[in-house]
Amino acid sequence: MNALLRTPLYDLHQALGARMVGFAGYAMPVQFAGVMAEHRHCRAAAALFDVSHMGQIILGGRGAAQGLEALVPVDVAGLEPGRQRYGFFTNDAGGIEDDLMIANRGDHLLLVVNAARKAADLALLEGAMAGVEAVTDRALLALQGPGAEAALAALVPDAAAMRFMDVAVLDWDGVALWISRSGYTGEDGYEISVPEGRAEAFARALLAQPGVLPAGLGARDSLRLEAGLCLYGQDIDEATSPAEAGLGWAIQKVRRLGGVREGGFPGDARIMAEVAQGPARRRVGLLPQGRAPMRAGVALFAAQDAAEPVGQITSGGFGPTLDRPVAMGYLPVQQATPGTTVWGDLRGKRLPLQVAPLPFHSPSYRK
Amino acid sequence: MKFTEEHEWLRIEGDLVVVGITEYAAEQLGDVVFVELPEPETQVAKGDEVCVIESVKAASDILAPLDGEIVEANPALTENPALVNEDPQGDAWFFKMQIDDLSVLDAFMDEDEYKDFIA
Repeated sequence: MNALLRTPLYDLHQALGARMVGFAGYAMPVQFAGVMAEHRHCRAAAALFDVSHMGQIILGGRGAAQGLEALVPVDVAGLEPGRQRYGFFTNDAGGIEDDLMIANRGDHLLLVVNAARKAADLALLEGAMAGVEAVTDRALLALQGPGAEAALAALVPDAAAMRFMDVAVLDWDGVALWISRSGYTGEDGYEISVPEGRAEAFARALLAQPGVLPAGLGARDSLRLEAGLCLYGQDIDEATSPAEAGLGWAIQKVRRLGGVREGGFPGDARIMAEVAQGPARRRVGLLPQGRAPMRAGVALFAAQDAAEPVGQITSGGFGPTLDRPVAMGYLPVQQATPGTTVWGDLRGKRLPLQVAPLPFHSPSYRK
Repeated sequence: MKFTEEHEWLRIEGDLVVVGITEYAAEQLGDVVFVELPEPETQVAKGDEVCVIESVKAASDILAPLDGEIVEANPALTENPALVNEDPQGDAWFFKMQIDDLSVLDAFMDEDEYKDFIA
């Protein structure tokens, strides 16, 4: 096995007593005080996550927006400077190669992509355009929760004025922070890119603010699950289409059928038809009716005694805010209406789950 | 108290053996959110999966440490799975077993040996 890569905050994690795990080739903290406590603290106050394993990519070439629109079904050309948008790379079959954030920083675009996909994304981008630059000398932190604004504004006052999905470059102690008001928890918060040499000092400055505690990948996963957010490789992958995943909202009108820049991205025929007409299966929320969590891979059946599964759980676990097990998965549209009962196969037993609307926990973004 | 390599503890109580998981195991599991217990009057063989523990992170099994009969399971764990984290070597016992010969417990680790084992 190859040695795990370390983020610029590795020593800090060690000093804070993190339990480390390998994730996408990096040694990452899975928990500090405990997943449940960190999850609840994020919903109540503010949690600081190290997400430096994710890829930061600059598209600085002329025509970057046009080039990117050939890879993602997103209105990139219409994205205002200082704003960020969610999107995904698609493939010829209409599936999803990765999901990402796209920020317009005036004279260039900044992408944030998944750790496990960054090499593939870079290859894809470099094959499609000039001026692609992987940012390898900056850490990425996520400060999430209702206390995030006060904590960051104590160090960087202008961060308070940002709205959800704004991006800005703001100074802290002589360092240029690349800040977006966004996240992956369903809470208000920020993602902050900081030069690696100052990352620990900046993280310590945030942790010194009242109410800010470190959190690991365990809480990040349970928070995003409650918020109904997809994890690439589980809830979305090369075989799931945007409409199936319930991500049609991320495809702006100008890229849909009849739009002024309709199609022109991989898999456009299938993706646009599905967005217009509806897919045959859909990602749904699922509430196990007992106390036993049901996790990714559990087969779903339309009836307790049905022989063939109709779908599968793609993410599942315990939702600390809801204080009950929660899950997401795919079901045929016939079974996808909230309130429908389906059955999951758990250790050889068929147990009921109820289809539920997503998200389980309503977001509190500062729009 | 005796200890197994599967991080269970065994305590003799009258003619029964009480079984739970160690503090070390509870710490490794993280927050326990669900426990599935065996039915009383179940005959089990050493190594059988007799309980399921679900933490926020993952599901794990508890294996029967000995051949014998499960005579009682701890209903407090069904009510409050977090007890496994709060008092793993006390109130959070999982089940009690009847076995033929209590002297088989001599073969398991004592506390010092277990501490060396997890060190």
